[in-house]
Amino acid sequence: MFDDSNIIAGLEIGTSKICVVVGEQNADGALNIIGLGQARSRGVRKGEIINPEQVEEDLRAAMFEAEQMADVEIRSVYLGVSGGHIRGFNNRGVHPVVSADREISAEDVEDVVKNAKAINLPAENTVVHAVRQHFFVDGQDGVMNPVGMLGARLEVDMHVIHGHANRLQNVVRLVRATSLEVDDVVFNGIATALALLSNEQKELGALVIDIGGGTTEYVVYSNGVIRHSGVLAVGGDHVSNDLAYGLKVPLSRAEKLKIEYGSALVTDAAKGQTISLTNELGLELKRINVGHLQRIMSLRLEEIFQLIAQDLERAGLTDYLRAGVFLCGGGSRVPGLVPLAENVFQMNVAPGHAAAISGLTAALEQPEFATAIGLVKFGSLKLRKRAARPGLATNLKEAFGKFFAPRN
Amino acid sequence: MENDLSSSPTPEPAAAPVVRIFGVGNAGIALLGPLATSEFAAAQFAAINTDAGAFAGSPATVKIHLENKLFRGLGSGGDPDRGRALAEEQFSTLKNACEGANVVFILAGLGGGAGSGISPVLAKAAHEAGALVLAFVTLPFDCEGNRREAQAQQGLEQLKAVADGVICLPSQRIFKLIDENTSLLETFRVIGGFLLEGVRGVWQLLTRPGLIQVHFADLCAFLRDRHAENAFAFVEAAGAGRAREVVESILAHPLLDEGHALAESDAVLVSLTAGKDLTMAEIHRVMDQVKRQCGHAQIIMGAAVDTALKDKLCVAIIAARQNVAPTNVTARAETHVAGTAPGVREVMVARTQRSRRGMVKPVQTQLPLTIVSKGRFDKSEPTKHNGEDLDVPTFLRRGVPLN
Repeated sequence: MFDDSNIIAGLEIGTSKICVVVGEQNADGALNIIGLGQARSRGVRKGEIINPEQVEEDLRAAMFEAEQMADVEIRSVYLGVSGGHIRGFNNRGVHPVVSADREISAEDVEDVVKNAKAINLPAENTVVHAVRQHFFVDGQDGVMNPVGMLGARLEVDMHVIHGHANRLQNVVRLVRATSLEVDDVVFNGIATALALLSNEQKELGALVIDIGGGTTEYVVYSNGVIRHSGVLAVGGDHVSNDLAYGLKVPLSRAEKLKIEYGSALVTDAAKGQTISLTNELGLELKRINVGHLQRIMSLRLEEIFQLIAQDLERAGLTDYLRAGVFLCGGGSRVPGLVPLAENVFQMNVAPGHAAAISGLTAALEQPEFATAIGLVKFGSLKLRKRAARPGLATNLKEAFGKFFAPRN
Repeated sequence: MENDLSSSPTPEPAAAPVVRIFGVGNAGIALLGPLATSEFAAAQFAAINTDAGAFAGSPATVKIHLENKLFRGLGSGGDPDRGRALAEEQFSTLKNACEGANVVFILAGLGGGAGSGISPVLAKAAHEAGALVLAFVTLPFDCEGNRREAQAQQGLEQLKAVADGVICLPSQRIFKLIDENTSLLETFRVIGGFLLEGVRGVWQLLTRPGLIQVHFADLCAFLRDRHAENAFAFVEAAGAGRAREVVESILAHPLLDEGHALAESDAVLVSLTAGKDLTMAEIHRVMDQVKRQCGHAQIIMGAAVDTALKDKLCVAIIAARQNVAPTNVTARAETHVAGTAPGVREVMVARTQRSRRGMVKPVQTQLPLTIVSKGRFDKSEPTKHNGEDLDVPTFLRRGVPLN
């Protein structure tokens, strides 16, 4: 499975769309996006599969499109996962250094990392990622690599992202059923942040919000490491559903109205403005107040931001986001979303752009593709590390909490 | 809150509201009895019934006996239509009885003829007389049968449509609080006790000089035109860990649905009362938990010191939820109350005809209260966040009106 191939594919099975992005890594490690595939997703609700057959059909369509465009055969993918069951939290591992000369060895580091990962998860849950944040040597903060330092007590902070094992496995099995290999499973939020944030922004502190069809993922970076992550099983579908309920129109019509007249803030022009819905013969069926439509949308989107803001407040991270907030995902196309988010978060908000990657601008410009691009980037980083330090593959596994390896 | 704090050192007793407490029907009048203590000396009591027998021994100063020759002294006979017809007929009497009051409390047991029939009309009369109307009602036990249940639900809907606030206690819920050996009398005493706590809580809010005062205006703003469905809880604890104990019992309170009622409410009124040793930290601890539970609800808080309580801490909570009941029911209730209700004669005529033909009155079945469709998320796992179902449209949960 890991031949010399330098083709990397990222696959995101979203609630409204299945996205495939194909990247090519050249000899000096630069990444180029060469293919895209997308298909409407019909078998997914709130980021989780409810109809495997339909998902498989849509998945094949998307893969086919991407292969055609990139003119390559995709054998394996980096798979993005999401869903309301995924949680992230920080955990600290402690390890006393026992060697006579008090020098910290690579084994000590391994042990402390293992301790940090030994956490009380519910029996049915499994770790998706366990990312190192910082080491502490005798309480000294911010050590990146403690090997060779002197100390008596080694600690490490890790960010652990975990989810329901069976539900995660369902997606993997489905992808495998289409005779694709899964290189790795990545939490969508991490992939998105990887695509959107530069190293500098991660260092300054940034919040990435990916508003998808069925879920909203958010990830906080600060001081160069991931500090917080979470999923809300609320997304664009909820907006459509609210509109369908509030305006008393069918869901499909609500979806269209959302795209055509939607806004995250109630615009002055919309107040009191009505539009009439007509049937196929041009007869008027119903009049709809655009002000109400935008009001309903605005309340839902505001609530999403408020829930995230509350969560960050509780985690005490609000003051660490000096680079601001970055929005992506299909939901970020709603006009007025940036000012709404600025209102809620009281800081800089910008639409995210997949940075530092070259290739098809069509893909890089679209907010929906950020996650899939991030998955490709994740794969490319992994390949590059493997190429640079072939002997340290085991370390890498630990860094990204290998999901498939049989757990001990 | 700051305003309240700054104004609290100068309590002005001048604007003490006039409170009138009405007991309606047998149950309501029975509830008046325990209320007639020195604590409520400033309140005026009135009893309304269709059956004169219940007035005996009632402390009420005003007794209104609704009667019509046609009923031959049989009272409403457990039929709300008769009760309503009688009340409609003597609407002006009821209105006169409410004249001059700022707040009208209505105590009633729903399900029978008088409570379910008269209360909505009385509430309307009080409203027209310019008073704030608060109804404290019980719903029948499940074992009392479908008919009483349906009558009670209908009465409740009608009452909600006209009263400013309805605090409703389904008797069935009391089963969680009583055990096998509780006698019937004891059970009624418990139910009555809960309602009385409600009345007492509101009463104290209004009359007791508070450190952080809940003004009469606050209560009006809280309840007026909300047509809300209220949940009420009154808890008390004593001793060192009393703040923690109080919070725990609030979160486990059967009348608050183990705290769910708080999460779903859009306005919460909290009143704390304790002895002189009430500390800010305790207030903070209680309010912090309540706030956490309530999410986005508007919170009104009051605190008062009552030396008689010694080391006890009492907390009264009223949680109001915007009424999202099916509008057609409310509308029907409105028109019924508004005067198109069948007059006494029609009711009687209808009755005799029916009994002659031996027909059973078709009773429209009622769906359980407030079903909000979740549309496409109906069958998926609900997205719960602090007890709130995020799949329900935000504008509904926050009660934002669309017009």
